[in-house]
Amino acid sequence: MNIQQLTEMREVARQKLLVRSGELPKDGYKYHVLVCGGTGCVSSGCKAVRDTLIDEIKNRGLEEKVRVIVTGCLGPCNMGPIVTIYPEGTFYQHVNPDDAVYIVREHLENGRHIEGLMYRSPETGKLQDRWEEIDYFRNQMRLVLRNCGFIDPLSLEEYIARDGYAALAAVLEAGSPEKVIEEITSSGLRGRGGAGFPTGLKWGFVRKAPGTPKYVVCNGDEGDPGAFMDRSVLEGDPHSVLEGMVIGAFAVGASQGYAYIRAEYPLAIKNFSYAIEQARLNGLLGKDILGTGFDFDVEVRVGAGAFVCGEETALLESIMGRRGEPRPRPPFPAQEGLFGKPTTINNVETWANVPLIIHRGGDWYASIGTEKSKGTKVFALAGKVNNTGLVEVPLGTTLRQVIFDIGGGVAGGKQLKAVQTGGPSGGAIPAKYVDVPISYESLAELGSIMGSGGMIVLDEDSCMVDLARFFMDFVQDESCGKCTPCRIGTRRMSEILTKLTQGRGTPEDVELLIELANVVKNSALCGLGQTAPNPVLSTTNNYRDEYDAHVKDRKCPTGVCPMRVAPSRVRK
Amino acid sequence: MACCQDHQHYDRDALISFIEGYRGQPSGLIQVLSRIQQTVGYLPKDLLAVTSERLDLSLTEVYGTASFYAFFTFRPRGRHGITLCNGTACYVKGAGQVLESLEQELNIRAGDTTSDRKYSLDVVRCIGCCALAPVITIDEDVYAGVDPEKVPEILGKYE
Repeated sequence: MNIQQLTEMREVARQKLLVRSGELPKDGYKYHVLVCGGTGCVSSGCKAVRDTLIDEIKNRGLEEKVRVIVTGCLGPCNMGPIVTIYPEGTFYQHVNPDDAVYIVREHLENGRHIEGLMYRSPETGKLQDRWEEIDYFRNQMRLVLRNCGFIDPLSLEEYIARDGYAALAAVLEAGSPEKVIEEITSSGLRGRGGAGFPTGLKWGFVRKAPGTPKYVVCNGDEGDPGAFMDRSVLEGDPHSVLEGMVIGAFAVGASQGYAYIRAEYPLAIKNFSYAIEQARLNGLLGKDILGTGFDFDVEVRVGAGAFVCGEETALLESIMGRRGEPRPRPPFPAQEGLFGKPTTINNVETWANVPLIIHRGGDWYASIGTEKSKGTKVFALAGKVNNTGLVEVPLGTTLRQVIFDIGGGVAGGKQLKAVQTGGPSGGAIPAKYVDVPISYESLAELGSIMGSGGMIVLDEDSCMVDLARFFMDFVQDESCGKCTPCRIGTRRMSEILTKLTQGRGTPEDVELLIELANVVKNSALCGLGQTAPNPVLSTTNNYRDEYDAHVKDRKCPTGVCPMRVAPSRVRK
Repeated sequence: MACCQDHQHYDRDALISFIEGYRGQPSGLIQVLSRIQQTVGYLPKDLLAVTSERLDLSLTEVYGTASFYAFFTFRPRGRHGITLCNGTACYVKGAGQVLESLEQELNIRAGDTTSDRKYSLDVVRCIGCCALAPVITIDEDVYAGVDPEKVPEILGKYE
């Protein structure tokens, strides 16, 4: 396929998607029925819903008029299984196979919308018919998730209809890698994996670094427990990540790319691998891309269950078939990365932003967000909150807007206690800071980090000492053992925290814990170790009274900790 | 030639020729180990020796990498793999009680296999279904919002 053919294909593909923008297409299809097929909805039973829809449509002789499409994740996992019907955009939640039969008979055959399956706003009590009207979606800005839940992730045609590969075509036609880097730099895009390093700057380093071949790597080792943004993008819109990688490869001068995806995400691996095959078959990947003479190919590498491999140098080691142990930086991967060659490594969400920035311009992207944190960020909202799932908002949105306006507030009418961002590398942000606008800087000031986007809501029943223990337990388990501070420090901290949660702790233990946390933070080799103490530091800073209650009164104020040893039996 | 080892039937020749495809390429080690794990269910010693020889790595290097990653095991697994998610969302929603219930019901600890080799029980850090916490998976099936009391009922579906 060359650029001209791509444009022609887009025209044809757009016609087929018209129903989804509320128009009547010429191909005879009156309805498109979209069934959310993200991992969340699969677990809620969407496959049976899809099968029933297809059977019933056949029984009623509606095959010529109705198309059933399985999409990637739409976002609100707690409402699954989800069915959306176009041209109206009617949103049905908690659909079971019996409901599916009813939908075919009522909605598709008679054009009657089914109120019982619609979402009702808990605030106003009003039915919300179209998905865009629902509070959960209304308050979002879906850029990275633009196609998730809206297109068939296995259809290259549908991606192309949504301006897919238009950015790549424009970049290859213009033929200037420098301009691509300029555009990304002016957009202000920063690494979405957590550290927030400016993407344009990183690409510039790799472009200028001596040595060939150069490599492009996609970090899909989303290990933060409580985060699933990258999984949903890989599952629901794999071509956007792939297109971003091809553009990045052109910009830095790379000829080979790797996508490292964790083994726990089988559907993401499947969909992304399929996207690679389709792109190759259509001249969008491989030799002579779009007839412009540019060569680039991508291979998928599946992880094998090691959290530390999300750290970039450990990930590169793992791609090379070795133990996933980080190495000191510098040299940074931009100078000496994969197989010792210049490598640009970016997170899934970062790559998915790239085609959009090229297509709509760096200035447009830079107009969204705060002064230093541009664009949108996808968060995985979970924990004690009413609406759980994926949420994309402009940076600068407050935690309150995310938790209350989109998330529908704390579950069970309880009080918000804290929000944990950044997973085991982040910290618990107390409820009093809920009006702070979210940015890389503001979260760091509050003792947490942006991280990859996990956002766990904690209510009044959550014990902060236990939370710190949970994360420390995680990190000490996942510590690769290469450097002493992390290997031994996290183990000792985990032991102290366990002691505290069992009612065996002393005030000296808390002091030692804080001292250890600072030592590990300052001396560990990689990002995993340096950020591992964050949950301890943020909880000891903000919830010292809870620690005191555990050691002085030997009581867990929330009743979460077992405190197994009776106070009288504790030896001083 | 089909092979009969630990009562696991698999196409050994196909597996050897897969390993052969990575001859002299140490960077293919994880792909090779993953294939062995998927095919055989664990990493038998003799196949690690074959891997070491074909990929031009010492047996120590092969073992060093294999033991680093949680997905590789050196002992045969049960017919049904049960995975309990203990990510943050599952943890705050009570994954601990579900684990207790599973351990009690199966009479094994996490990481072990029942003596009849019917079930293996593992705890993983996050399978990314946080909105549906607490979650367990059995083979390819996902169970959301698991109630510890429903564990026996869920296990009953597997033979």
